[in-house]
Amino acid sequence: MSTTSYLKLSGLEPLVVTPETNFVNIGERTNVTGSRRFLRMIKEEKYEEALSVALDQVRGGAQILDVNMDEAMIDGKQAMVIFLNLVASEPEISRIPIMIDSSKWDIIEAGLKCIQGKGVVNSISLKEGEHEFLRQAGMVKAYGAAVVVMAFDEKGQADNFERRVEICQRSYRLLVDKVKFPPQDIIFDPNIFPVATGIKEHRRNALDYFEATKWIKENLPGVQVSGGVSNVSFSFRGNNKVREAMHSAFLYHAIKHGMNMGIVNPTMLEVYDDIPPDLLERVEDVLLDRRDDSTERLLELAESLINEPVKEAELQKWRLGTVEERLSHALVKGVVDHVIEDTVEALEQYKQPLAVIEGPLMEGMNLVGDLFGSGKMFLPQVVKSARVMKMAVAYLEPFMEQERKQNKKESSLKILMATVKGDVHDIGKNIVGVVLACNGFEIIDLGVMVAADNILQSAQEHQADIIGLSGLITPSLDEMIHVAKEMERMDMQIPLMIGGATTSKLHTAVKIDPVYNGPVIHVLDASRSVPTVSALKGSESEEFQVKMKQEYHEVRQAYKQRKKLKSYLGLPAARANSLKLDPKVNSHHHPRFIGNKVFKELNLEEIRSYIDWTPFFQTWMLKGKYPKILEDEVVGIEATRLYQDAQNLLDQIIKNKSLRARAVVGLYPANRFGDDVRIYRDESRKDALGTVHFLRQQGKKGSGIPNISLADFITEEGQNDFLGFFTVTAGLGLEELVQKFTDSHDDYSSIMVKALADRLAEALAEYLHFKVRKEIWGYAPHEEFNHEGLIREKYQGIRPAPGYPACPDHTEKRFLFDLLGVTESIGVELTESFAMYPAAAVSGYYFGHPQSKYFGLGKIAKDQVEDYAQRKNITVQEAERWLGPNLNYDI
Amino acid sequence: MKGKFRQLLEERILVLDGAMGTMIQNYKLLESDYRGTQFKDHPHDLLGNNDLLSITKPDLIKEIHGQFLEAGADIIETNTFNSTRISQADYHLEGFVSEINKTAASLAREVADQYTAKNSQKPRFVAGSLGPTNRTASISPDVNNPGSRGVDFDELVEAYEEQTLALVSGGVDILLLETIFDTLNAKAALFAINQCQAARDLPIMVSGTITDASGRTLSGQTTEAFLISVSHAPLISIGLNCALGAAQLRPYLQILSQNAPFYVSVHPNAGLPNEFGAYDQPPEEMAQLVGEFLEEGLVNIIGGCCGTTPEHIKELAALAQNYPVRKVPVIV
Repeated sequence: MSTTSYLKLSGLEPLVVTPETNFVNIGERTNVTGSRRFLRMIKEEKYEEALSVALDQVRGGAQILDVNMDEAMIDGKQAMVIFLNLVASEPEISRIPIMIDSSKWDIIEAGLKCIQGKGVVNSISLKEGEHEFLRQAGMVKAYGAAVVVMAFDEKGQADNFERRVEICQRSYRLLVDKVKFPPQDIIFDPNIFPVATGIKEHRRNALDYFEATKWIKENLPGVQVSGGVSNVSFSFRGNNKVREAMHSAFLYHAIKHGMNMGIVNPTMLEVYDDIPPDLLERVEDVLLDRRDDSTERLLELAESLINEPVKEAELQKWRLGTVEERLSHALVKGVVDHVIEDTVEALEQYKQPLAVIEGPLMEGMNLVGDLFGSGKMFLPQVVKSARVMKMAVAYLEPFMEQERKQNKKESSLKILMATVKGDVHDIGKNIVGVVLACNGFEIIDLGVMVAADNILQSAQEHQADIIGLSGLITPSLDEMIHVAKEMERMDMQIPLMIGGATTSKLHTAVKIDPVYNGPVIHVLDASRSVPTVSALKGSESEEFQVKMKQEYHEVRQAYKQRKKLKSYLGLPAARANSLKLDPKVNSHHHPRFIGNKVFKELNLEEIRSYIDWTPFFQTWMLKGKYPKILEDEVVGIEATRLYQDAQNLLDQIIKNKSLRARAVVGLYPANRFGDDVRIYRDESRKDALGTVHFLRQQGKKGSGIPNISLADFITEEGQNDFLGFFTVTAGLGLEELVQKFTDSHDDYSSIMVKALADRLAEALAEYLHFKVRKEIWGYAPHEEFNHEGLIREKYQGIRPAPGYPACPDHTEKRFLFDLLGVTESIGVELTESFAMYPAAAVSGYYFGHPQSKYFGLGKIAKDQVEDYAQRKNITVQEAERWLGPNLNYDI
Repeated sequence: MKGKFRQLLEERILVLDGAMGTMIQNYKLLESDYRGTQFKDHPHDLLGNNDLLSITKPDLIKEIHGQFLEAGADIIETNTFNSTRISQADYHLEGFVSEINKTAASLAREVADQYTAKNSQKPRFVAGSLGPTNRTASISPDVNNPGSRGVDFDELVEAYEEQTLALVSGGVDILLLETIFDTLNAKAALFAINQCQAARDLPIMVSGTITDASGRTLSGQTTEAFLISVSHAPLISIGLNCALGAAQLRPYLQILSQNAPFYVSVHPNAGLPNEFGAYDQPPEEMAQLVGEFLEEGLVNIIGGCCGTTPEHIKELAALAQNYPVRKVPVIV
């Protein structure tokens, strides 16, 4: 390697020091000799806090992290190892190279054994003689680190120009010639000593350093020069104004002379150009030893500066803007750090809290809304912005109360939102709420499982301008119709917005729009919510409402036409065309046990690897498949950030065990009777525990294609078949967690944690299904776990859930829950609409037959509904109510 | 031979062999095959301990080496990927580590020399394979205690030293540190090699593993950070292998090629695993992708990792002849 190579260091990422680098800043607060606070943390073994010090250094711009554990009261070697291992587990910290700082070789060596990157040893010197110097240098080279060499030899520390040159030259020759140490990996520290001490011998301390630095750079090719800058101002302790100016001026000259690395506290640094001219002149007189009386003159000036308030150095430029600019920046960037102080300031300036909200805060949020609307910001960022907004508004809230009492001025448009009775799913609703709030609408969120009368009453109390209903499970559709009917009955006129995963424009047009005379609009997703609300309440609101009524009318007409086109088989014909199991395929694998098994101590870390991330991004309206989405041109950066946030939160959740997962599995002898499956207590198959009722496709099929029912996958009496049941949840503890985030106005984390709990529940369902196939039931003992395969559902057997396409009747969950004792064993409950609570839960059946597969039931005819009602011993009306979306006729 | 290797790298593209493990799998061996007579009464299961076959089924291992040499490989790797006392602890065979390594090296040596004797214009080399071990020095095995470690630097140095000495005594020409997923493990291996007087002059090849599309090693380093972290050792080459197929490795090879003051190697898997965990990229397809690396002048040594067979190596060997040698750039 040539001598002109650059110094290259690494943590998780590279740090290459080129001539253009100018200056490498070494963070030094993780040093027990330099920071009493850090020492206390290490002494008390508060390593978490100690790590946060390191993190602050990285975030504050440190490019190398200096770690020093040299303290008589602690086991330095042990502390070094523990701390460096912990640093390695924090990617944001271990991103940068480590400088292992110790005067004890055994601590240095212990540290070198912990870092995977190329770090720096700080330091070695000729203090103990050549032999030890060469030995240590050889070891540093073998460990693959760079090294700081102090200007120190057997006679002591270099304290003038000549001694600095002498020691550095000698060290260089030994290192390069004898150890074959790469010159670029040598970092000289030619000793920064205090100036203006009043001692004559110290007058040239800074100047000698500058000149020695210049000499080193010119005569010892390839090396770096470093130093601890704060030493220079040591005699002005307590006078930060002077110290900051000294540090800045010292650096200015040292860098010009060739210093390119160093330890500087960025909060103790004035901008060189901002140093008052008189102070700068006197500081430079001292540093450059320009006058005999320079020390006296600086002291004199320092006296007058001593009690001036110390200005905190502003690292972040945006903090220098006007309060409006700062709030706008905080909102757009989602920075919560200063939002309260800025809001306080804005309130002082604007006097009225509402003026702050409608002024700078709304302007910032409008900018966010514009950026979101034009695709320059993405939903996760918007939610972070909303968090900032909420914190500001929460601060202003008490003042607003006062205001309101004084003058009853009302603010913007109010939108009341609720997840309907019987349903607990609210991620989508919360996102819509946030997006609308970002656009200046006031949101009244009634939460989940809200009954119709509560919705209507609250709407009147708050004088809501719009009602938004949300739901995820199919029974919620009926509940929404019910709410719409009630609104009609009470002669309301305000617009009704419908949203949620099972809702559709078709259902809204066919079922909800006709029962309410006011405007009814289906909102596809959060991004459609703002234009919809604006149109509903804007200047052309009436045209819009008429247009929507007309559009939905046309949708209904088209639907009626279409419905007549599709033909259906009578139930007997459909049954005759059932799926015939291949008699050669033996499906009757005997389970390892009969009955229920509860799993309480499930390891989320293990379950985590089963997560299918693609739907997670869908929740956040980022379109694309994981992991490709992380590199997507448009949303890649935001998706990556979101993914990282999710991983971090997941890490915490797992670490703190704040979410807990449980599951219950039941395996029972079963036989098919028509489209019913009877479940037996044991293998005598005499004592039936109950019946699972399935439905059969009735749409007319092409030749050779059967009309399937899930019952087809179970064999008839006389053969020993089995059916499995399960319920899993990963939502235990979710409520507390969400509450915590809601309390701190953190919608972003609150939505995130719910989305994660959902993903975990799904992942757990996958995981458990895998275990069931491989071990618990054990019909596929040789199956290997393969994530891709799982998502593509390539394995033997299925796990359809009541309420989903193959078996859309949610009420069948009742039997499943009773059979498994779900509520008692794992704490999941059923609402009156048969939604599971907590929502992060999955339940279903296990079919093991190799021919079993997923399918959609499609529409069914009245003859089957009547038959089904009879089988279930309920009225036809009740059956129709639960099967509404699947009926091929109107009720 | 050592000087010869360096000289050949100046002259042409060299070819490394393919996947020993994949080849062994095809023989569908049983527990009894692994045990042979020597380990008939070993109190623990030995099925799957491929490295042990150098002792219990030496002819089979030689046969596989022969197939790769026949296919045109310039360098064959010893069957010692898991032959450290750390990895062999899974089988309770720590005491046999030296024997396993030395035997494996001798087997490879014997077959390689036979082929060199047949055609002295194409000398064959034996690279002693040093795997990453089954533990990581930078990552905690316990999620609740991020500071804990399953193995430390000193244990790794000791294990690698033992393996290196045995490989050298068995006659290897090169040491190949491969599938590095934690750079600290690799640094321990390099430290160990540096401590072995007998190994100090052998060319050292280092090959890392980029785990996924993030472009990082399992322990979190970017490709360039990885390169910087091992550059203190006098390497003959640096490269990438395993985890990804050739198609995915390209951007990371470019980084190495631009920044490394060493020759560059690549031995990718035969594509990405399919639904059944098997690698099924056909030889022609892999050769085409590797051909693009050569076209671009990214690499000096090409070969195969998981899933690659003599057919793959044959394609690569044919390919190697069509391209001029790559010169190591001057790096500042």
